[in-house]
Order: sequence, then structure tokens, then C-alpha cells
Amino acid sequence: MRNMPNSKKKQLKAADKKKIAATLDRYQRDGVMLVSILQDVQAELNYLPEDALKEVSQGLELPLTQVYSVATFFKAFSLKPRGRHLVNICMGTACHVRGSVGILEKLEQELGILPGETTRDYRFTLETVNCVGACALGPIVMVDGKYHGQMTADKVDAVLKGYE
Amino acid sequence: MSKIKSLAELESLRESITKQRDPEKTVITICGGTGCRAYGGDEVIAAFEEELKRHGLTGKVDLRITGCHGFCERGPLVVIKPENIFYQRVRVQHVPELVEKTIVNGKLVERFLFSIIGGDRVVHEEEVPFYARQKRLVFGNNGLIDPTNIEDYLAVGGYAALGKCLSGMSPEEVIDEVKASGLRGRGGGGFPTGRKWETTRKAEGDARYVICNADEGDPGAYMDRSLLEGNPHSVLEGMIIGAYAIGSHQGYIYVRHEYPLAVRNAQIAIQQAEEHGLLGQNILGSGFDFTVRINRGGGAFICGESTALMASMEGKVGEPRAKYVHTSEKGLWDQPTNLNNVETWANIPLIINNGAEWYSSIGTEGSKGTKIFSLVGQIRNTGLVEVPMGITLREIIYDIGNGIPRGKKFKAVQTGGPSGGCIPESLLDTPVDFDELTKIGSMMGSGGMIVMDETTCMVDIAKYFINFLEGESCGKCVPCREGLKRMSQILGNITSGKGQEGDIELLEEMSQFLIDGSLCGLGNTAPNPVLSTIRHFRHEYEAHIKDKKCPAGVCKELTKDGS
Repeated sequence: MRNMPNSKKKQLKAADKKKIAATLDRYQRDGVMLVSILQDVQAELNYLPEDALKEVSQGLELPLTQVYSVATFFKAFSLKPRGRHLVNICMGTACHVRGSVGILEKLEQELGILPGETTRDYRFTLETVNCVGACALGPIVMVDGKYHGQMTADKVDAVLKGYE
Repeated sequence: MSKIKSLAELESLRESITKQRDPEKTVITICGGTGCRAYGGDEVIAAFEEELKRHGLTGKVDLRITGCHGFCERGPLVVIKPENIFYQRVRVQHVPELVEKTIVNGKLVERFLFSIIGGDRVVHEEEVPFYARQKRLVFGNNGLIDPTNIEDYLAVGGYAALGKCLSGMSPEEVIDEVKASGLRGRGGGGFPTGRKWETTRKAEGDARYVICNADEGDPGAYMDRSLLEGNPHSVLEGMIIGAYAIGSHQGYIYVRHEYPLAVRNAQIAIQQAEEHGLLGQNILGSGFDFTVRINRGGGAFICGESTALMASMEGKVGEPRAKYVHTSEKGLWDQPTNLNNVETWANIPLIINNGAEWYSSIGTEGSKGTKIFSLVGQIRNTGLVEVPMGITLREIIYDIGNGIPRGKKFKAVQTGGPSGGCIPESLLDTPVDFDELTKIGSMMGSGGMIVMDETTCMVDIAKYFINFLEGESCGKCVPCREGLKRMSQILGNITSGKGQEGDIELLEEMSQFLIDGSLCGLGNTAPNPVLSTIRHFRHEYEAHIKDKKCPAGVCKELTKDGS
């Protein structure tokens, strides 16, 4: 259970606050760039803790309700801590007709979680994506941005083993 | 780099770039598109660098990482110029042999050449049947240039169209040229581009905006990504020309965050264009100012819709609004805003350089120019294909795509993304044309073309699209939010053996309700996959409902007894 984030409520460290401030500055604290800013903050902190949303809201002088609604509207954002490795399975049409459903079922079974959930040991978070645009390799599973193409349910085990 | 201040300076820079380049020099071009990289293209690139160094050829032979060549099925692709030797499926362990034999000794390595039917191998890229039937006007430069090097784009004539506009054409003349070309929006709507520009130009406002829609949300479609990744300057050049015609000084590229390479390459292109005086203040000394910023989307399909996209750009939730007033009159920040898709923008330099007459000579009466499709699914040659409008679906699938693999039978091709329709075998001779595709219950869409063979269940496919759209519906209007949920339940029942008499009619009735009552294009077109599959594959629905059988053997609950 190493690296287990505090699942109750994350207190932002001073360093995290600094990172958020730097991100805001990089976009000239321009509210137009809210989605991009939240993406960068999430990339730094692994997810969007409540306090980070507050920092962004104050930094951009936008109501917290607006920041919250945007953060919950888009699929790209997670308000819960995510695992050390992000498993993304492509559910695009090309992957679908090549059997991605069976691979998703195998992933759910192996990890014991559904899409959007994280394993108890915080090793993996499972998510689905609509298309990653590498259809020649379908069905595709991406782990931490690395493509595993021409997947079959039988290959799932071997792929997951590569990530601790 | 000092800024270019006039058309003459641009042309002299171009001349000095081309002079420095020896057309006889060997250039190894490696596809750096996302598809080839996913096959391990990065390692192949590194191996080539290493091998050239080992042979003392660094600098004597150029290595160029280009955009996507389109033939993703055969990646990683390596094309050696000037001969255009086409090597496919090159893996890292093959690189030493290729460098040794072909680069050092000038010999071909047969087994990496493309083999055509009958077993003969072809040497050159242009002889590969996949490319031979295409007309790669917009996409062709992808394989020639390093997208991160503006000099490569200039060397193939880049920014000449912009120079022509800024030095000799009035904004109205530019609009007239685009109108005369017959160009229609490539994002799916097919609205005449020139007319949209004209409306935006004439609309009243304090500022005008232009936006490039790169929020390519259709699953199974990736042409826009490959263009923005592989030739970002062509998109920028189109945008600058459009901004000049419309009278805009601020542009945005709205791009999916799932496309990190496209974001990076577009950012580099913007920076280089600024350094060269092609973006920013006083472009090419003309007095025209224009800047472009990148906005990353958050993974919402609905944000491909213009009003939702603009709401999201304003830092709000990406919900659409009713379009009593078009975005060309009141869009971003309530100002006149012109939104075009990536491919539309990339067509603009072509039209300006070659003229409207030339452009409108390609295609059909109502659909001019070429269209890029992403040919995917159960097809031998998966990849991006650019074809003249008017070519038939059959030619694309069989002549370019080389048909269905593993001896299976063709069942349907789905065009137009989740809002499009499934087209059966009997209609494969339909030409690719905005109006013709609509007539048969599908649509052009942004260019997804998903081929399905006999192992695909059409009811399952309809369910797949409806579930997709149910998840992507923003929930603002009731017909779309509740209607899709009900349709999804009905389709779920049918595919799990709980279908009842009357379900088909109920689906049709609800479809009409969505078409009539939804707020935006997502809901209006959402029933298309259901309606087109009922229209062309009604017997499959009936088999599920009446006989409790799934003819394709996909729906699990119906196949347990081995039927």
C-alpha cells in the first residue's frame, strides 16, 4: 500500500500550491484557458483535489461553482485520487468491431474494478476513451500513454504485469 | 530569424532554402504519426540515427521525421528519397540491414517492399495500390515535410497563398474566390465555407474570431489529428487567410487533449510562424495583425458542436445553446465567430494558389475538391485516404482498402461518425458526395469510414452508438437526455433476448421525437444509426426479437444455445 494517497481530503502542500500558481501564471491567469489549466494541474497532482479547485477559482477570480462544474463535466478530469498507472482502453468504433468489449471485460475481471475506478492498492485506474486514433492497431489498450496494439483478452495479463 | 516584411522577402527566403537543398541528396523519411509511433516508430528513428552515425553518414544523409503517410496498416513506414523507395513494417532490428544494404550499397531489400496481388513487389511509394487511386492534394505534403520545421513547409511552397492574399487581394476577393471554389465545411455539416466567411465579415461586432475545430470526437476518425500533427502550417496558413478575409485578429485552435502530439506540433508551428513574421503584428509588412492560441478540449464529444465548443472556450461547461442566432453573428464572447474544421482550413491555401476554377473542376456538382477518410474496422488496408469527391464507396473499400480480410463477407460501412448511418452492400456504388450520402440515410460527416464484416451485429452496432451518445449527451435538453436513455434500454432488451413486438416501431417513433425536439446537432442526428440499421438490416432486428437469435453471433444472451 505504498504511495497511498489520503483518500479523505488532501491538504495541499506548499509545493503543490506553488505548482498551481505557476500553472496559472503560464496562462496569464486567463479564465478562457480554464480547461487547459485544470488539465495541467491534474497532470501535476494526479487528480483534482478540492483545495486545488479552490486555488484555481481564487487565482482566476472565477466562482468555485463554475470551476467545479467544468471539472465535473469533462471526462478528462478526476476528483478522486487515481492509481499509479492509468489504463485506458479504446472503445472507438474501429476497436469495437474488432472486439474491444471482450478486452474490457477481461480488464474489469483482472483488476476487479469498473471503468472510472481505482484498485484498492492504487496500482491501477481503469478508464475508457472514445478513440485514440491509431485504428490500424485496434483493439488498443494504453497504459500511461504507451500503446499496446492488436490486443486480445489473452494478452491482458502480460501487459498488466509490466506495471508495478 | 528576422521577420519577413514583404512577399519579395518571403520568396527570396524560399529561394535560399531550396538552393541549399540538393535534390539528389539521400533523405530517409520516417513516418512520425501517432500510428507509426505506436508500432515502435520512435525506436526505429533512434536506430536510424545510430546506424547513420556508425557508418559515418551523419550529415551526408538526411533523416526526416515526417507527418502521417496514411498507410497505417503497414507502419512503421520508411520512404527513401529521391528514389521514393517504400519500405513497410520496418522494425528496430531491421534498421542495420536497411542502412547497410540500401543507403551504403544502393541495393533494395526485397522483403520490406510492398507486395501486390500475385506476389510481385513494388519499389516506389506511388506504385503501391493503396496510394495509386488517391488524390492527395491536402494530405500529400505530410510525407514530405518535418512538421516541426517551417523551412520544410516553405520549401514545398508554403505561405505563398498567404503572400498572394496579403499583397494583391482584397478581403472580399478572397471570400469570392473561396465561394467560387465550392468548398463546403469538412467537419460534417457541409456548409459552404465562403458564405460562412461572408456572414461573419458582415456581422456587427467589436471583434471577430476565427476558430479551428480540432476536437475530433468521432470514434474511428483521425484525419484532423494527422493533418494538424503532420502539416500544422497548412492549417495555420488557411486560418491566417481566413482571418484576413473576415477581418479577425484573434484565432484559436481547439484541440482534443487526447492528441498530445498535435498540440505540440501546432504550438511549435505557431511559434515558428511568429518568429518569421507570418503571425503577430504587421504580417508580411501588410499592416494586418493576427495571433493564434491553442485551447485544449476536455474529452467531450459535444464540444465538437460550435456553440458548445465556444461555451467551453469561455471557461464554462460545454453545453450548446439554441442557434436562433448563428455563431457567425454571435459566437465566442457574443462576437461574430467563424468556426471551420482542420481539413477545411487546410484546403484554403490550395484554392488560393491554384484558383477556384481549378478547385471546382475536382469533384461532383454539389461537392468539390477532395475528402480525407479514415478507413478503419474490418478492412485490409487501414489508413487515411484522400479521394476526389464522386468516387464510389466500393472503389474506396475494394480498390484502395483491398477489401475485407480473413475471407469474410462485407456487411456494412458506417460513415459520418456516431451521427451517421450504416450503408449496406447494395448501395456501395453511391458516390462520395454530401447530398448523395444524406439521401441514403447516412452522411459525409467528418470522414470516419468504418467497415464491418459479417461478424458484426447491426443491432449491437446501433446499441453501441446510442450508448456512446447517451454518455456524451450533455443533458441540457430532455429529448436527447431521456430519449437516448430509453432507446438504449430498448436496444439493450433486444440484444439480450427481451425484445418485444413493436420495439422497432417504438424506436422509429422515438427517433422522430429526437430529430424534431432536440436542441442541437447531437440529438438531432443521434437516431441515424438506429434508423439506418432498421432501414437496411430490419431482418436482423426481427431475428433478435422474434426468433431470439443473433445472426452474427455477437449478442451473448442469444448465442448460448449455439444458434
